[in-house]
Amino acid sequence: MINYSELIPNNVGLSENKTLQRALEHWQPSYLQWWQEMGPDDSSGYDVYLRTAISVDPKGWANFDYVKMPDYRWGIFLAPQDGERKIHFGEHKGQDAWQEVPGEYRSTLRRIIVTQGDTEPASVEQQRHLGLTAPSLYDLRNLFQVNVEEGRHLWAMVYLLHAYFGRDGREEGEALLERRSGDADNPRILTAFNEKTPDWLSFFMFTFITDRDGKFQLASLAESAFDPLARTCKFMLTEEAHHMFVGESGVARIIQRTCEVMKELKTDDPALLRAAGVIDLPTLQKYLNFHYSVTSDLYGAEISSNAATYYTNGLKGRFDEGKIDDDHKLQANEYAILDVSGDRIVTRHVPALSALNDRLRDDWIADVQAGVDRWNRIPAKFGFDFRFTLPHKGFHRRIGIFADIHVSPDGRIISEAEWTHQHHKWLPNEEDRLHVHALMGPCFERGKFANWIAPPARGINNQPVDFEYVRFN
Amino acid sequence: MNAPAEHARIAKQHLIDPEICIRCNTCEETCPINAITHDSLNYVVKFDVCEGCMACISPCPTGAIDSWRNVERDSPYTLEEQFSWEVLPDTRELDEIEATIGGTPQTPAEVRELTEVATAGQGGAALAPWSAAHPYVNLHSPTRPVTATVSGNYRLTAEDTSSEIHHIVLDFGATPFPVLEGQSIGVIPPGTDAQGKPHLLRMYSVASPREGERPHYNNLALTVKRVTEDHEGAPARGVASNFLCDLKKGDKVQVTGPYGSTFLMPNHPGSSIMMICTGTGSAPMRAMTERRRRRMHLKEDGELMLFFGARSPGELPYFGPLQKLPGDFIDINLAFSRVPDEPKKYVQDRIRERADKVFHLLNDDNCFIYICGLKGMESGVMEAFRDICRSNGAEWDELRPRLLTSGRFHIETY
Repeated sequence: MINYSELIPNNVGLSENKTLQRALEHWQPSYLQWWQEMGPDDSSGYDVYLRTAISVDPKGWANFDYVKMPDYRWGIFLAPQDGERKIHFGEHKGQDAWQEVPGEYRSTLRRIIVTQGDTEPASVEQQRHLGLTAPSLYDLRNLFQVNVEEGRHLWAMVYLLHAYFGRDGREEGEALLERRSGDADNPRILTAFNEKTPDWLSFFMFTFITDRDGKFQLASLAESAFDPLARTCKFMLTEEAHHMFVGESGVARIIQRTCEVMKELKTDDPALLRAAGVIDLPTLQKYLNFHYSVTSDLYGAEISSNAATYYTNGLKGRFDEGKIDDDHKLQANEYAILDVSGDRIVTRHVPALSALNDRLRDDWIADVQAGVDRWNRIPAKFGFDFRFTLPHKGFHRRIGIFADIHVSPDGRIISEAEWTHQHHKWLPNEEDRLHVHALMGPCFERGKFANWIAPPARGINNQPVDFEYVRFN
Repeated sequence: MNAPAEHARIAKQHLIDPEICIRCNTCEETCPINAITHDSLNYVVKFDVCEGCMACISPCPTGAIDSWRNVERDSPYTLEEQFSWEVLPDTRELDEIEATIGGTPQTPAEVRELTEVATAGQGGAALAPWSAAHPYVNLHSPTRPVTATVSGNYRLTAEDTSSEIHHIVLDFGATPFPVLEGQSIGVIPPGTDAQGKPHLLRMYSVASPREGERPHYNNLALTVKRVTEDHEGAPARGVASNFLCDLKKGDKVQVTGPYGSTFLMPNHPGSSIMMICTGTGSAPMRAMTERRRRRMHLKEDGELMLFFGARSPGELPYFGPLQKLPGDFIDINLAFSRVPDEPKKYVQDRIRERADKVFHLLNDDNCFIYICGLKGMESGVMEAFRDICRSNGAEWDELRPRLLTSGRFHIETY
């Protein structure tokens, strides 16, 4: 059970470790101050219908009630410990999972945890102004739920830093609150987390695509030989699912609304649809292209000796490592990656161990594709021919094999000149962004939704769609 | 135990709404018995595995998991059908019917219904004791019952009492029929009911230990009361009980089962058993006691405590053999409610008289508690437990869930 009588709710027996407890209690006010400064704008007094974990078992972790966000019970929850857990991949396969950090992997593990931890407050910062233009109370509530849970994920990572990395860890914990998304002098670590999330379409695309990167990173860390990290990530994954739901259903509702208007006006002319106050499907495709390609970079270079080392050392596994049927050491296996050969894109077989980044990216792509397939059912249902497609893996990449060339969405290597002339057709241009931006505006009447988005099929926690998800007081 | 389910044919099938599911895998990860699987398109629930424990419901971020359709128990939506869906099938008239949640089709509907009623008093799903042996269940279905031969039929109660209880021994010859103490079997009476349909099966607890009434022969014993009136006292002739009580040596009986995977005895040395029963509810208690009696020489420790109620000593099945058991082997507490010139005593009265020991055993992690008999005894026993806990500064409502989750509390009442 989670102990709520303490200042910091936890299921890790914090009260029995006074040093750690004091360190975290010292960090807590800094965190709250960060939330006040960088959390959702003007939201402190709102009562928000939030889900709070009261225990980590299936029945207890989704407890719904009105909460003021600064009073949200951020805490430290780990999935239950399995005393028998063995390392199940890499060179330590078969040995007991580590309950402490082995000295030789200390700095690497710290780097992994800091990088993961840094994305959590970053996304809260990226999304902090969105509350002012929410298309409904339902969506506003979902935004805040995503925000408080990203905050809790930061807590989870800071707990690991404090509990297992001593003074270095505490300093990293402070630094996580000092970096700022988009700040020129002290930016967040990963590029995608310094991009703006200027509107709700970007927010939905971000939660659908970029939070899904989070899912795959967490899932591969949940395989880690370092047991506290594995258990932390396992519980975070349960929360992450809601974020992807917000994104997938958010975009789906925009598609639904656009299709309704297309049917009503009997047109697919973007100009007419924009005039009617909805987002035309080609513009949605451009946003998809942008977020997909930017997030793709988060997996890093196709060939990576770092990734190979992480795997061999047991720090980070593959997605669903336990369900893969091979030797879990990858000494002799191969993996097919794309490569550039002159003016052609070719398939090349490389040692599987060196291609783990690309493998995780491929797992993520399959998952994104499945969501896109479900989006495509909507125009199909209306009888429209439009279908969303994922651009080529090499499209609009800044990292890896494709960083130095230009690739069209359909996978052709193109010249600098062609890219310059064409890219505004593939990525949101100024005009597209202005149109989307112009649609943004608050819609806070119970049960009402902004014109550009359809209501959801179901409310949260079986509440009706017109439930008062946020009370402004 | 003969109230067939009104709609035993209809089951509530657990489904996932493919329109709003986002394939996040949370349900599959959460399910404690791997009843959920997926392909590249949909997440789906295996009808024959899902027990409706609801563990997956609240973690689902979309609500897609909370979808149900009534189906004919024999023809649920297959996995292939579910994989092919883009939307859930429309609701039908069938969905108006009150139905129970899907589940394992190999357990006959009537067995499931009866078990649900019989174990309702536990206040939640029970678990078998950790040291229970693995039970075999559903080896013989109603469509393919096994034929057993009667090798003995004795009246247990005095001839001058109105309560006629029989000890019936069935032999299975060469057909495998392994049972554990606490399990039940189904008996299908021959003939048809008033509507011309074959009789539904009736369930009876096994009264003999696992190695048989006669050790090392393939046989078991039942404790059967001839039913001559219904629960309200109106005349009623029980089809199965009269059939069984009238059987002669050599007669044949159609048997199904075995059933039951939680009302099982602990096997570890040092484990104690508290048994509370009335009438034919003594069958599983007799099985467990007999198991322990035959192993007495092993000196495995652990106590047996029995509370046993009947109207009079003559109506108490196994009264004679019980009296012969040594006091240091089993602590017997009998309660008689119709003995002339004596105050009426019920099992709960005896439990209260032994409050200290009962409280000690309730709190002993090695003690497992079994209640079997008429539904009417349940509330009295619970009240007694509640009072005993209270007078010791404890709360029964807190203790009971702990007993349940540690597999220490088992109720079968009818």
